[in-house]
Amino acid sequence: MSVLVFAIFALAACGGALAVVLSQNVVRMAFWLIISLSSVAGLFFLLNADFVGATQLLIYVGGTVVLLIFGVMLTAQGPYVNLKTNPAEVVISLAIGGVVFAMLVAAFSGVNWSANSERLTAEFGTATLQTPGYNQQGEGSTVRRIGGALSGLRTESLRDGRAIERPGYLLPFEIVSVHLLVVLVGASYLARAKRRSGGSEPGAGPTV
Amino acid sequence: MDSVGLNHYLFVGAVLFVCGIVCMATKRNAIGVLMGVELVLNGANINFVALSRYTPLGLDGQVSSMFVIVLAAAEAAVALAIALNFYNNHLSIDVDRADDLRG
Amino acid sequence: MMLPMAATPTIVESLAGWLASWISSSPDAVRFVAAALHIGLLAAFFGLPAFAFIWAERKVSARIQDRLGPTHTGGRFGWLQSLADGIKLIQKEDLAPAAADRMLFRVSPYLVVIASFASFLFMPFSNGWVAVALDCGLFIGMAVLSLEVLGVVLAGYSSGSKWSLFGGMRETAQMVSYEVPLGLTAVIPVLICGTMNLNEICQMQSGWFTNWLVFHSPFTFVAFFVFFVVTLASNKRAPFDLAEAESELVGGFHTEYSGMRWSFFFLAEYASMFFVSGLGVLLFLGGWWTGIAPIDSALSEVLGGYPGRVLGLLVFLTKSSLLVVVQIWVRWTLPRLRIDQVMETCLKYLVPISCFLFIGSVMYPLVLLSALGRPTLLPVNSIGTRVPVLPPAAVPVTTPHDHPHDHSHPHDHNHGHGPGEHSHGPGGHSSLDRDPAEKPAAREVTLRGGR
Repeated sequence: MSVLVFAIFALAACGGALAVVLSQNVVRMAFWLIISLSSVAGLFFLLNADFVGATQLLIYVGGTVVLLIFGVMLTAQGPYVNLKTNPAEVVISLAIGGVVFAMLVAAFSGVNWSANSERLTAEFGTATLQTPGYNQQGEGSTVRRIGGALSGLRTESLRDGRAIERPGYLLPFEIVSVHLLVVLVGASYLARAKRRSGGSEPGAGPTV
Repeated sequence: MDSVGLNHYLFVGAVLFVCGIVCMATKRNAIGVLMGVELVLNGANINFVALSRYTPLGLDGQVSSMFVIVLAAAEAAVALAIALNFYNNHLSIDVDRADDLRG
Repeated sequence: MMLPMAATPTIVESLAGWLASWISSSPDAVRFVAAALHIGLLAAFFGLPAFAFIWAERKVSARIQDRLGPTHTGGRFGWLQSLADGIKLIQKEDLAPAAADRMLFRVSPYLVVIASFASFLFMPFSNGWVAVALDCGLFIGMAVLSLEVLGVVLAGYSSGSKWSLFGGMRETAQMVSYEVPLGLTAVIPVLICGTMNLNEICQMQSGWFTNWLVFHSPFTFVAFFVFFVVTLASNKRAPFDLAEAESELVGGFHTEYSGMRWSFFFLAEYASMFFVSGLGVLLFLGGWWTGIAPIDSALSEVLGGYPGRVLGLLVFLTKSSLLVVVQIWVRWTLPRLRIDQVMETCLKYLVPISCFLFIGSVMYPLVLLSALGRPTLLPVNSIGTRVPVLPPAAVPVTTPHDHPHDHSHPHDHNHGHGPGEHSHGPGGHSSLDRDPAEKPAAREVTLRGGR
């Protein structure tokens, strides 16, 4: 059953990604990107990462892709923009992509993950993430721990069932918050259009 | 294949990563390039979360992928602002035309 | 390695257990059947309120405009009017304009319906009656609901008509802007309760109606109304229905649609009206609690709380429906804003107001604590008292408490739950009488002031 669900999500993610590459229309690309990213969120749920999956849906699918579609509409000149790609470029990039893919697959399939896990466990004494998933009493599992980790206290379950606290991610969290503020200011500054005089406005300007 | 393991997730991540690279390389539209970047970041995210599930790394992978998601959103906002600015100056977002500084 | 499935919620499990006692089959098949039944149940909750509200919209608008509305279909009051509409719409021809991007044009209504339906997965209809119970239920519900905009904008773009394109653009701009105050106001109850689990937030509002979060502080009182206004806008309901402004844009993003695909947009709209009203009820209006403590606690003790839950379901549906009726009332009373006024309302007024409310509801208990010596105005207020559902295997870290209740209330049970202890059912006041000495607090870590 879990294999079936994984297969569905994985196929949708890979198929969506391939369709993004192959389609010529920008908005269709955005549509396939939606499919692909939502399936990735589904994969996150399968991996017991409920909070990350929800973040993926909210920020990526609901935020970034909407922003991209918005960008397409603000910059489109015709009704349906088609991207013409030089066939030679396609061949070259497909070759490079194939090589990179082969390299990646060879790299990760050559690793003995269980041995690595053993070694890590021996060194740090931590156990595999013992999340029971959406457990019988019906509670997601990672929110509290991620919240704790982001506010500076990370809990890890040891092999013998004990839990220990490690320092968390307070500093990266603060840096990211400041970064977001900077981005907010910077993006709004950049997007303040100094209108090109005589430039033809696209069909829908900022004052929609 | 009777159960799903780490390698299956890594495979999906690799497919997304490569698709993103090819997308970045072939699309001439700036927004198409941005979509390629998003795919690459998602491929990396799958790896992070899968490794956090299947190895003793605990929540580190999930937290890293959250940072990636947040930074990707910020990056998309800035890149889109740049694209809009570029469009205002050139009436096009073809990345090949961004060659004003070419010597 | 056996992976737990994303779609194996509690109700499905229990349904599967019940089915397994009847059918002897493989557990996967039983679970599959149970999940299918459960989806059917949810679809009923998705579709039936939508049908009822479409009828209500006709009746209420008619009454407001001094008309009668539907009177004949189905006997009195025209209560079968929605069904008749549906049958008519199914029979219509499914057209796609020549200038349309066919594939996207056909797919986008489904995107809208899927997003709207999926948000119902995370909504508790009564204590514990939720399809997928997650700790981040509120977060993910709002995340899924916000995906609706994608279908709308793709529909607007792919129709190949300028009216549709304008509608789609307006909808995107509006949705993206209104996400901000929506998130800020929805986070206020999360802040007070210390959890994003909708079930727990609602359980904390048990007892008398003064425990409802809307009456928790002046800030939450205002926050509820801001939340309501923002949900109007994010559902593109009048006076914010610029995406489909009939007088200027013909039909907005659905100008080119007809038949079933057109009706999908409306099904999704009414269903998400119900969803956001339900969210408002859960977050601010006490959810499934009647607000009269004796009734709740009496019913919760009969038959293992089952009648209490059924009553809770009815109460919840009533409250949400009332909010939906208010939405309809607003639609037929207020004139539509202009698009620049809509954006101005959001960015210049609602965002600062909700930021202020956010800060205010953080400061309020602290100020009361220094003035009165307790963080609430009323002497007994159980909000902030967790009625926890910690799983047995959960790592013993409680949620970060920014709320000083935990440290001033003499009968503080925020830490008073061990693993394996579950909801006390309706009537959360009973937890106030327990001995604080039974805290297994040794393993628990309270995080404070993490921000």
